Amino acid sequence: MIIFKFFPLLIANLVRKKTRSALTMGSFAVALFLFSLLGTIDSSFNQGVEVAGADRLMVMNKTSIVQPLPVSYMERIQQIRGVKDVTFATWFGGIYKDEKNFFAQMVINHNNYLQMFREFVVPPAQWRDFCADREGAIVGKKLLQRFGWKIGDRIPLQGGIFPGTWEFNIRGVYSGTRDEHDENQFWFRYDYLDERRDFSKGMVGWYVVRVDNPDNTASIAKAIENQFANSPSEVKAESEKSFATGFVKQIGNIKGIMISVGTVVFFTLLLVTGSTMAMSVRERTGELAVLKTLGFTDRTVMALVLAESLLYALAGGLIGITLAKIYTFGGDPTGGFLPSFYLSLPKMCAGMGFAFVAGIAAGWIPATLAMRLKIVEALRRI
Amino acid sequence: MVSVAARENSQGLIQVRNLDKKYTRGGEEIHVLQGLNLDVEEGEFVSFMGPSGSGKTTLLNLLGGLDVPSAGSITVAGDEVTHMSGPKLTSWRARHVGFIFQMYNLIPVLTAFQNVEMPLLLTTLSRAERRHHVELALGAVKLTDRMYHYPRQLSGGQEQRVSIARAIVADPTFLLCDEPTGDLDRSSADEILNLLEELSTVHRKTILMVTHDPRAAERSGTVLHLEKGVLIEGRKPQ
Repeated sequence: MIIFKFFPLLIANLVRKKTRSALTMGSFAVALFLFSLLGTIDSSFNQGVEVAGADRLMVMNKTSIVQPLPVSYMERIQQIRGVKDVTFATWFGGIYKDEKNFFAQMVINHNNYLQMFREFVVPPAQWRDFCADREGAIVGKKLLQRFGWKIGDRIPLQGGIFPGTWEFNIRGVYSGTRDEHDENQFWFRYDYLDERRDFSKGMVGWYVVRVDNPDNTASIAKAIENQFANSPSEVKAESEKSFATGFVKQIGNIKGIMISVGTVVFFTLLLVTGSTMAMSVRERTGELAVLKTLGFTDRTVMALVLAESLLYALAGGLIGITLAKIYTFGGDPTGGFLPSFYLSLPKMCAGMGFAFVAGIAAGWIPATLAMRLKIVEALRRI
Repeated sequence: MVSVAARENSQGLIQVRNLDKKYTRGGEEIHVLQGLNLDVEEGEFVSFMGPSGSGKTTLLNLLGGLDVPSAGSITVAGDEVTHMSGPKLTSWRARHVGFIFQMYNLIPVLTAFQNVEMPLLLTTLSRAERRHHVELALGAVKLTDRMYHYPRQLSGGQEQRVSIARAIVADPTFLLCDEPTGDLDRSSADEILNLLEELSTVHRKTILMVTHDPRAAERSGTVLHLEKGVLIEGRKPQ
């Protein structure tokens, strides 16, 4: 690529007006930082959707997910044709020391919960210890780091839904097989909860069902719903992805907000960089004319101006995205509402793509003007 | 030998025939050059003098392929320049013409070396070959010791020498100089004229120079006067 030969000229032009270049790159950096953070928040909200198992169904009370279902449903669901495995979980809603220390506490069926969620990994010895201790708990790797816990620690939780102080022994740590997986949960055993609680005994929050063929999820969901039709606790069954999508929709149209902010940012960048490039081209009219005099073609001159605009965009974008990535290393800034606060590589690439498009668009008009510059007229103006 | 009459069977490096250039400005047509003929042979050093608005710079622009004539033709080393399309003309200019401007027109953010290297970036020369050529050109203008200085760190005379090095680095067929000493003091101007003279006599470069300065014109082999768009041969500078 001939354009690489001109790299010293491009760099020299960028540092010609240092303050202006820094401000232009800075605007890209700030914009891409915001864009990346919004992308991270969107991913975090949609994390459940993205990692949802294609072969899993969620079965909950038809009235509301907060209404429990009898534990006895498990065996009946297991009998339905196409169902491969069933487990259950319940939301505990306890508080660790302070309400702001939010994290999800799941009451699980320790007999088969891990087999259902193969994306989570627990060392076998730790899992055995957990199964051997009724007050045992398994915590996510990030949650362990967040509170500085270690295996063997005794953790007290103040019950929210189920009153009293509940104490647990950390017996193991789970980790996700992908960066997007939520490592901020706290699992403990259903039999411990059911034994101590004063109400809702024999009830669970929801069931998770694995089907033998993902293509049959709709028909199996229908069969499950029919199984419990006209019972005191009718159920609603849907794919895990559909459940997660519905959950995100309840929070708000995050993607819509992201697109709106992204659009505003994009046009602001066009104005800022476009005006910088236009000023830069106007100031260098004579130099561009000299380049053409020396034999630089109109297209080469246009490419040089576009490359300059791109350099602003890509350098600024890289700074912004890198800062956003560093920011996400600090983990969830909301104290537990965004458990998977992670800026993924595809999102970073999308950010650089955004910067690329903005850089080209911003430089297009000044580059075209430079291309159309008439040498004789430009030299006369020097 | 320079001639301003259209010669049959001319062997001149540059042949200009019936060259016309008209501009329309504010609804008025200005006839800048009128039926101009010129023959310049290889290695000649020609000066064009004349009052402001006589068409000197316009002639230079046409010879360098920076502008297109209203009528007539320009042929350089057998290439008919006047009918070349944009990209072809640009490429021809890069190969055949070296420009030297009154205001030097160096790129201020590049060093002397990088400025001189610019025309070579359009060639297929390797980095090492480019370096060799640039060093030779800067050596020819005696500025190897200022290779890595920026234009702002050079005197006017030195800047013009860098500009000459840039003009000769790609070994063009001819040089076009538009008032090369117009912005220089006498001593610097003499240095530049000595250089141009040397390029013409020693290196057999064909040089066409526009100047207002009779002392500069004296240094060339031939002085031509342009008056109202017509070339007049043989008048000695006053």
